[in-house]
Amino acid sequence: MGIKWDEFFVTGDPLIFASQIGIALTLIGALAGITYFKKWNYLWTEWLTTVDHKKIGIMYILMGVLMFVRGGIDGLMMKGQTAVPENGFLNAQHYNEVFTTHGVIMILFVAMPLLIGLMNFVIPLQIGARDVAFPQLNALSFWLTFSGAMLFNISFIIGGSPDAGWTSYFPLAGKEFSPGIGNNYYAVALQIAGAGTLMTGINFVVTVLKMRTKGMTLMKMPMFTWTSFITSIIIVASFPIFTVALALMTFDRTFGTHFFTISGGGMDMLWANLFWLWGHPEVYIVVLPAFGMLSDIISTFARKTLYGYKSMVISIVMISVLSMLVWVHHFFTMGNSAAVNSFFSITTMAIAIPTGVKVFNWLFTMRKGRIKFTTAMLWALAFVPNFVIGGVTGVMLAMAAADYQYHNTLFLVAHFHYVLIPGVVFPIFAGLYFWWPKMFGYMLNERIGKWNFWLFVVGFNVTFMPMFFLGLDGAVRRAYTYSAETGFGPLMMISAIGSIILAAGFAALVYNIYWSARYADRNIGNDPWDARTLEWATATPVQHYNFASLPEVTKLDAFWHMKKNDQLQPLKEDEVEEIHLPSNTWIPIYMGVVFGISGFLLVFEWTIAAAIAAIGIFAGLAFRSFDYDEGFHVHKDEILETEGIWRKGANKGVKNHVS
Amino acid sequence: MKKSKVLLVSLTSIMAVLLLSGCENNMVVFNPEGPIARQITELINFSIALMLLVTVVVFGLFGFIVWKYRERKDNMDYEPPEEHGSTVLEIIWTVIPILIIIALTIPTVKTIYAIDEIPKGYEDQEPLVIHVTSADWKWIFSYPEQGIETVNYVNIPEDRPIDFKLTSAGTMQSFWIPALAGQKYTMAKAETQLYLVADNPGSYVGKNTNFNGQGYAGMEFEVLSQTQKDFDQWVQDVKETAPKMTLEEYEKMLEPSHLGRKTFSNTHLEWVDHSDPHSKNYTNPEMYDRGHGWPGKIFEDKDNYKNKDGNNSESINHKESENEDSHGGDHSGH
Repeated sequence: MGIKWDEFFVTGDPLIFASQIGIALTLIGALAGITYFKKWNYLWTEWLTTVDHKKIGIMYILMGVLMFVRGGIDGLMMKGQTAVPENGFLNAQHYNEVFTTHGVIMILFVAMPLLIGLMNFVIPLQIGARDVAFPQLNALSFWLTFSGAMLFNISFIIGGSPDAGWTSYFPLAGKEFSPGIGNNYYAVALQIAGAGTLMTGINFVVTVLKMRTKGMTLMKMPMFTWTSFITSIIIVASFPIFTVALALMTFDRTFGTHFFTISGGGMDMLWANLFWLWGHPEVYIVVLPAFGMLSDIISTFARKTLYGYKSMVISIVMISVLSMLVWVHHFFTMGNSAAVNSFFSITTMAIAIPTGVKVFNWLFTMRKGRIKFTTAMLWALAFVPNFVIGGVTGVMLAMAAADYQYHNTLFLVAHFHYVLIPGVVFPIFAGLYFWWPKMFGYMLNERIGKWNFWLFVVGFNVTFMPMFFLGLDGAVRRAYTYSAETGFGPLMMISAIGSIILAAGFAALVYNIYWSARYADRNIGNDPWDARTLEWATATPVQHYNFASLPEVTKLDAFWHMKKNDQLQPLKEDEVEEIHLPSNTWIPIYMGVVFGISGFLLVFEWTIAAAIAAIGIFAGLAFRSFDYDEGFHVHKDEILETEGIWRKGANKGVKNHVS
Repeated sequence: MKKSKVLLVSLTSIMAVLLLSGCENNMVVFNPEGPIARQITELINFSIALMLLVTVVVFGLFGFIVWKYRERKDNMDYEPPEEHGSTVLEIIWTVIPILIIIALTIPTVKTIYAIDEIPKGYEDQEPLVIHVTSADWKWIFSYPEQGIETVNYVNIPEDRPIDFKLTSAGTMQSFWIPALAGQKYTMAKAETQLYLVADNPGSYVGKNTNFNGQGYAGMEFEVLSQTQKDFDQWVQDVKETAPKMTLEEYEKMLEPSHLGRKTFSNTHLEWVDHSDPHSKNYTNPEMYDRGHGWPGKIFEDKDNYKNKDGNNSESINHKESENEDSHGGDHSGH
């Protein structure tokens, strides 16, 4: 088939042209660098084929941070365009593409990978396990997510970006109004990444149910484990809906079916319902693990056990139930009857009840405590007031009648950024600062951390607070420009300035990662924060088999009580047994590659080529079925040697490493 | 942590000042010009007061606890007590949110039902019916009783309930006149409905809030509220002076474009009612080329207005032959 290269590559925009060159140079540079330093073998055996939950978690986090840069640049471009009225920096089409990719990337390729990355790294350690229940499936989850993310990301230089918003409402997103292939990227890339996420959900449900160490009953699980468990259940319940919706979208766009179209008896409202049946639980999928991290971090730095543990558990279960019962609040204005809108107003406001319980429990965890202001704790503290603003505006939006005036305005945009940034990004940053030493063996610098924190928090408020008022004055979301007479100019400018401060805060985090990797103290012991849960009963960085002998748990905050009761005895030689671990495998990364190729061809609607490429997927499944690799054993000598080294210096870092 | 306290206090006060000033200043949502919008504003004001109370209490408690129990040089050997919770306290902070939710629910549900109907005091008046049809990227207003049609502006009589019947010729859009009422979606082959009343003569901004492609940002219209006398005079003038629209002109109008104001002395309802589920489909996919990127297949639909004779079998054959060469084919204009 004669490919028109000027249509294959997106042309005609200097910004995009610069990115194309930049991406090409970066790729060449990376490949050349790896070859020059002879790192291919290391990369392949240690990372690309690994099934170790810790390394997979780190790869997820790396991907999340990189995607944060991409999504953040999109956000800055939007703010740059709307800073002054009638600005000509971006045209309507470019702006539409930018806010679409900003939304999709921030939710699905930043929040999700960062949280799933932390879950991957921490959960098996917290429950005293040596890996997740299905290590190979875990690697497959990552490579599918990565594959989907990469496919989505090339859209703006090859073939054209999706441009119908992250919600991709029909009929706009259908062929009737978006005939180019841009929105195929949305349908196909999210399908691939979503399959990975669904597998993660299944994996973690089984892991938490079946892999807990002796004595760890459900009600002795750390709160992050609990929230990850509930999140996994929501993933299993809601992602299939998205899978179906995206499949129907693909049929509509590629084969001319009429599920959501205007013509042929399609129903555009059906897309909105299916999308939000997944989309609303998705909000809780990202918020709940973040709540769990906060619980563990606040409890550690207040030196107190979590207040009201039982009511915390009941709250997250209630939130997960309610999360499936509120989707209509995303379209109160769709002409529903008053009874329907009243019902969904009430279910939505009801979410404030368990959330309120959680906020008070956190506050009372700190009461009578001794609060240490580490960077991790600062993030956790900043969460409370900022999230309360997001929460109360959420209650205001939940009132259907009032929503008729807020809907689709910048008030709504401000609200969900006040929920998602303090509720997800702050806790993720808290988690990174908190668990960084376990991942890499050194801590992130606290002084740069403070810069990171203050710039980010101040920048965030300056960016999004004005948007509440713009919305109440009638400024709508997703508009690439506005006239000077609207009077939106000054507040839009303040908001744009805030976004630069916000970006500086994020840059401080990136610099911190660089600085700490080069200069931070490597000699910090296994428990630098004087923490409470089992992941701290391991070496720093964690030895690849996690635990030499699986710990036994009698209480909540197991590690804290072990320290208190002096149960951290040196390892006895006769306790040590050979440890059975799974081998590396090439199949997951191979699957990621064939899914990516097949998906790419499907995006371009070359269906026969896509079907041929999809044979590779079945080949991968067949290889896996005939894979009789039983894994390998870690020898006693190796275990004793590793354990001997770190246990000698155990606990020495306590209290000395926080400035 | 001194800084955190300072930041907290300043943030709280900034927010309070901004919110309070918001109630007095000229933000459109706080300056309703009709009974429907006024009911919503009252609900919003009530919720802001209650939410401000919640915010102040939580911020206060937060500030107090963080300040009082901070780590200091002189309390380094203080070991916090083991404390697992308190059933009484936990019940209290479950019940208080429940009470707040109930306090919000009652006026919310009342208002939801109230704004679905003709506002109190106007029930005895016959509402003026105006059909609103949104298309990319313009608003079309049809007055069936008067037999006139306007584009991108709508004139209404003051103190009389207006019954907007909303639909769309294409994408999903949202019809919003913030000074007079909340918004409702317009959707093709479906009808939604919105009542409003304007208190006084005046000019108000109406807009689309639901993103619908490249021309979205310009989708505004003017609502001009007039005295009944002026309104009647205007209708009379339109009937006498405005041109009649032809079907061809109307079809042209539905193509994606920005138009200025237009006035006609007939309505398009004689040809098509887009809210009818069996009405023809007025889409023009080939006109939505983005100017870059790879063109996808375009499917031709039987119920499209261009198939005037309704000869389906031929159009399907045509579709397949077009698909064959859609990759390298005749795509121009880049």
